[in-house]
Amino acid sequence: MPTLNLSGAMRLLMLAAVFVAGVWSQSSGVIDDFIFYLPDIQFLAVQHIWLTVISGSLAIVVAIPLGTLLSRPSMAKVAESVMQVLNVGTTIPTLAVLALSMSFLGIGTVPAVFGLFVATLLPITRNTYTGLKGVSPALKEAAAGIGMSPTQRLLRVELPNALYVIFAGIRTALAINVGTVPLAFLIGAGGLGELIFTGIDLYDPVMMLSGAIPTAMLAIVVDMLIAITAFLVVPRGVNPSRT
Amino acid sequence: MIRLDNLTKVFDTPKGAVTAADHISMEVPSGEICILLGPSGCGKTTTLKMINRIIRPTSGKVFINGEDTTSLDTQDLRRSIGYVIQQIGLFPNMTIEENITVVPKLLGWDKAKYRERAREMMRMIALEPDAFLKRYPSELSGGQQQRIGVARALAADPPVMLMDEPFGAIDPINRAVIQDEFLKMQQDLKKTIMFVSHDIDEAIKMGDRIAIFRAGKLVQYSEPDELLAAPKDDFVESFLGEDRALKRLNLVKVRDLASEEIGLVRPDDTLDAALTRIEEYGYQNSIVMVNDKRQPVGIVNAAVARTTKGHCRDHFQSVPVVVSLDDDLRKVASLMFANDMTWVPCVDDDGRIVGQITQRAITHHLGSRYRTHSRDDTTLDAAASLSSNDKE
Repeated sequence: MPTLNLSGAMRLLMLAAVFVAGVWSQSSGVIDDFIFYLPDIQFLAVQHIWLTVISGSLAIVVAIPLGTLLSRPSMAKVAESVMQVLNVGTTIPTLAVLALSMSFLGIGTVPAVFGLFVATLLPITRNTYTGLKGVSPALKEAAAGIGMSPTQRLLRVELPNALYVIFAGIRTALAINVGTVPLAFLIGAGGLGELIFTGIDLYDPVMMLSGAIPTAMLAIVVDMLIAITAFLVVPRGVNPSRT
Repeated sequence: MIRLDNLTKVFDTPKGAVTAADHISMEVPSGEICILLGPSGCGKTTTLKMINRIIRPTSGKVFINGEDTTSLDTQDLRRSIGYVIQQIGLFPNMTIEENITVVPKLLGWDKAKYRERAREMMRMIALEPDAFLKRYPSELSGGQQQRIGVARALAADPPVMLMDEPFGAIDPINRAVIQDEFLKMQQDLKKTIMFVSHDIDEAIKMGDRIAIFRAGKLVQYSEPDELLAAPKDDFVESFLGEDRALKRLNLVKVRDLASEEIGLVRPDDTLDAALTRIEEYGYQNSIVMVNDKRQPVGIVNAAVARTTKGHCRDHFQSVPVVVSLDDDLRKVASLMFANDMTWVPCVDDDGRIVGQITQRAITHHLGSRYRTHSRDDTTLDAAASLSSNDKE
């Protein structure tokens, strides 16, 4: 097939490009420059990952119950207005959120975690809410009609059926989170942003890339981890990627 | 037994109070299927859903097997009632087995018991347990899904079932099959069932009793034959349709109207004897010839008998049309029209002729019920006495 040949050719071309890049970076000493930053990368990456893990898990722990609470019929009156507030909140740039949190929490890890938490919270809450609201009324009626208590309905029917949407929210939120962590350096929380921003200021591309490339790789890894978790956790019957 | 006592639901809407169900009182005897029938918005679904409190009654009471359900815990009440809805409502996140065993698990059955129950239910609805139990609802056809829906409702063996247009979303061919399967199951299970439908044909087929609703009120509550024979008012009459006399044909079996008198000839009889017998029984065209076991082997034509001499065995035509005692009148009428006959011989399970059913008997049966109704006198059968109870 012609398409197969094309992709085969592309693959060869890619391999050749990687090889040429490798040869060039070896000969020009870029690899040695990168190795020079390795201890920094290791130290800052751990800091970076910690910021993501703490703010991300805090956000998940708060956002899912919050979204669930808002989706309850008894909350119907306030839920829409709260969601509107959250939607407006999502439009505020994360950099502004960090700046705001710095202005009343000062400099360091705490305001950074708080700012990241706020930025991550919104997409998860929104998806939890819409996911639960989107569970078919027929399912809820069937669950009620056969005698499940409200808690059983939530845990056995509503949440499992909304899980795929909730995971989509977590995925979006953590992608934003990992991408925003470099900005946390600006309010004194460290992370790989230190190499990126210092590299820019010193006009040192190798230093800048030593921060940027691991950040990009981290974003991809986090995304993959969540995709795998979703694949394993979402029940097979409601998992589009497993049918 | 389900008994509703002045069950009423008033909805508060922005346009003011709407009475969806207005003092509904009725009783479904144990083991019977009661169809709640009516146009949309007539209150039939509201009435049904008040029984398991999906909709809370404004006033009135529901008794199940004589017990006032008002004092029962909502969850306990619902677990003791099978519930089937039109949208099926299988849980897509659970396997078929998990779906079927939901209620037994809620009731705290042990694992071996509910797993065996799931297999038993699958056999009851004629789906292979090993092939289906581990699959998910999305992998099944609509008809299969609703069979599972019924199995889920029956899993904990509740004495009472509520079914809200259960077969409404299934294509007509599959619907007929599922209806037949369900009726067959019901013969053994003898559940007390409330069944909402807007399809008059389904109601006649499935119902032991039919309750007609209009604008929140119970208009008529009768057995199907009584309902078709004696609609209480113009609304019921128009809802049943102008062909309601024909619909009644579905409800009556040949057994009920067959007469034992039938003129027959044997192969050894002469054609003269056959002619005499044709005239004696008032047949227009022909008479049935039977063998020694009284099984029909052919018909002797009157025209032939008149003009020919000899024995019947030499002058008969192909095997005539026959009906079995368990066929319904609809089939009989159809055969009569198709073959231009005014009578049809009836046979038993061994194919022996036991009598005949005539067009006259059919029209007389349909007509007599109308006449009784119009004279408003007493019919002795149960249906009529029930409907008069209903008036009180």
